[in-house]
Amino acid sequence: MLEATRCLHCKNPRCVGGCPVNIQIPEFISHIVTGDIDAAAAVIAKDSSLPAVCGRVCPQETQCEGQCILGIKGEPVAIGKLERFVADYQHARPVGERGSAVAIKAVPNGHKVAVIGSGPAGLACAADLAKWGYDVTIFEALHKAGGVLAYGIPEFRLPKDKVLQKEIDEVTGLGVKIETDVIIGRTTDIDDLMENEGFEAVFIGTGAGLPRFMGIPGENLSGVFSANEFLTRNNLMKAYRDDYLTPIHAGKKCCVVGGGNVAMDAARTALRLGADTTIVYRRSEAELPARKEEVHHAKEEGIDFRMLTNPVEILSDENGWVRAMKCIRMELGEPDASGRRSPVPVDGSEFEIECDTVIMALGTSPNPLIAQTTPGLERTRRGGLVADEAGATTRKGIFAGGDAVTGAATVILAMGAGRKAAEAIDAYLKGE
Amino acid sequence: MFKILEKQMLNPTIAKIVISAPRIAKAALPGQFLIVRDEEKGERIPLTISDSDPVKGTVTVVIQLIGASSHRMVEGFEAGDSYSDVVGPLGNPSDFVNMDPEELKEQRYVFIAGGLGTAPVYPQAKWLHDHGIPVDVIIGARMKDLLIYTEELGGACDNLYLCTDDGSVGFKGVGTAKLEALAAEGKTYTRCVAIGPMIMMKFATLTCVKLGIPVVVSMNSLMVDGTGMCGACRVSVGGKTMFSCVDGPEFDGALVDWDEAMRRSRQYKPEEAAAMESYGK
Repeated sequence: MLEATRCLHCKNPRCVGGCPVNIQIPEFISHIVTGDIDAAAAVIAKDSSLPAVCGRVCPQETQCEGQCILGIKGEPVAIGKLERFVADYQHARPVGERGSAVAIKAVPNGHKVAVIGSGPAGLACAADLAKWGYDVTIFEALHKAGGVLAYGIPEFRLPKDKVLQKEIDEVTGLGVKIETDVIIGRTTDIDDLMENEGFEAVFIGTGAGLPRFMGIPGENLSGVFSANEFLTRNNLMKAYRDDYLTPIHAGKKCCVVGGGNVAMDAARTALRLGADTTIVYRRSEAELPARKEEVHHAKEEGIDFRMLTNPVEILSDENGWVRAMKCIRMELGEPDASGRRSPVPVDGSEFEIECDTVIMALGTSPNPLIAQTTPGLERTRRGGLVADEAGATTRKGIFAGGDAVTGAATVILAMGAGRKAAEAIDAYLKGE
Repeated sequence: MFKILEKQMLNPTIAKIVISAPRIAKAALPGQFLIVRDEEKGERIPLTISDSDPVKGTVTVVIQLIGASSHRMVEGFEAGDSYSDVVGPLGNPSDFVNMDPEELKEQRYVFIAGGLGTAPVYPQAKWLHDHGIPVDVIIGARMKDLLIYTEELGGACDNLYLCTDDGSVGFKGVGTAKLEALAAEGKTYTRCVAIGPMIMMKFATLTCVKLGIPVVVSMNSLMVDGTGMCGACRVSVGGKTMFSCVDGPEFDGALVDWDEAMRRSRQYKPEEAAAMESYGK
């Protein structure tokens, strides 16, 4: 609460503009100051259906907190931590005791909407539609809801039962049904849902699930994993626990290739599984796309950072297992199209890093399955679904948002896209 | 939850399990597979579909007792119990399903089936047989008592050839030797489909290449999600990395890097052995 009193309640709150879903930040903070957490939760709930998640995984330093006036001279208000506090405080109490923040089940309006994928985009879209009275079913391919929040982000960053499941329960509490183990495009398809199961509109929030590899020699050696495989085994299948049967292999010396949040998650997971872990990234530390906070945690935990280093080959032992990674040193050249200085290899600077596992964390692309099995859905050159600002795709009644459209981005942007699409679906079904 | 309707041991290490999964049963085509997770702490295990009935809403899989997970999946569950998760049908259907009818009419198929791989041959042979395409099936096992699906396959092909290593029934020798013998007798095939252990598929491929018969194999790679997300199932096909789950599971055997595929399938051997030990086997 002391932290909450630091908020200056600016007339033109820049933090709100910095938030992709425009949470009324000074307003919810003012309720914390007066001790009315229910009211604070109600303010957040107007714009976000996953506050406990976003309080933990949003890059606040470039969003709300990055805009905070106090941050110019000192520390910005810890908005993320305050949001997390409000959400956790709510989850800690039974629904009946929460007062004004209890979501009231809307009067059904008789319209059925299907949401494909139960990640941040799908959950946010489904929650809004349910609040407005729609009969919403989420179809999830995996056995557990949450999408990347369940399979990608590790327990130490986002507790699964204590935080994620509670937020999903809030969404199902609104009347949203979640059907797991249904792969749209295989088990059934969008046309079948619309023609035979009575769904009038569909939202596609299938994320960016396909792992990228570098295409260098030795990438299919035993001991080379995608970050997706490694993290899915650990997070979704709970391979880190002895009582779960799924195996995981972090090795003794692990190299993680990449510099994003996923690379940090993979490295910190490998470290926890007992591997001496090194992160290899081709640009310099200043260009690391991961959150500063994640980089800081990773370093503090003892992960070795080798910057301006790019793998050129993975070397094999006599059994086809990884023995070492051959890398080349890089130096920064001219800024490229993205404004970042592009790395250029230094001739003759090849060297080997000894390791027995390699985890490729090079980003992901959207899964093509839905586009391939839904006639009329167009894709961009980069594999994302073609959708307008509001989420409308090239097929009537079918909307999309989040990583499935943009390629890999953040939880909050996906959530924002899901909410925009919910509005568009509402307008579409009302015939506007 | 997905109810188990029937469980039957086909031989001492292979169980046939019929599961209620109406949506999957309606969509399943020959060549596709499922992922089954028995309960919360279980693994997601890929299993090729060996039969499906859209009317009854059932799918059939066969499971071989190999590791801790497969033992538990078979020994820990009876008819009437349920598996937590059954998802599918995954992967692409066999290529003949979408083949031009004129082209399909010209085909003469031979299947080489080994061990567990015998069961998924059944829906493929049946589909072709039902479409009037000539189909021969060669099944191989170490000895007579280990052969499975002989009755079903007998009714789904023109000629069924049994092979045993010890000669206890049928041809004495492996399936590929039988194919060579058939070729020597003057039998001609335009396509071979080999399904079984990787080592068997590798040798079936070598034989087919020698005989000049195009060969299709079904890759039973390691997998986690089965939807293209994890990349554990990568296999080099013609020098390109493919995912068995979304690009396959069937590939041109002549293009598969078999040594890599076999090596990759052993990646978790130490972990699997440890799991078996704690399972008490």
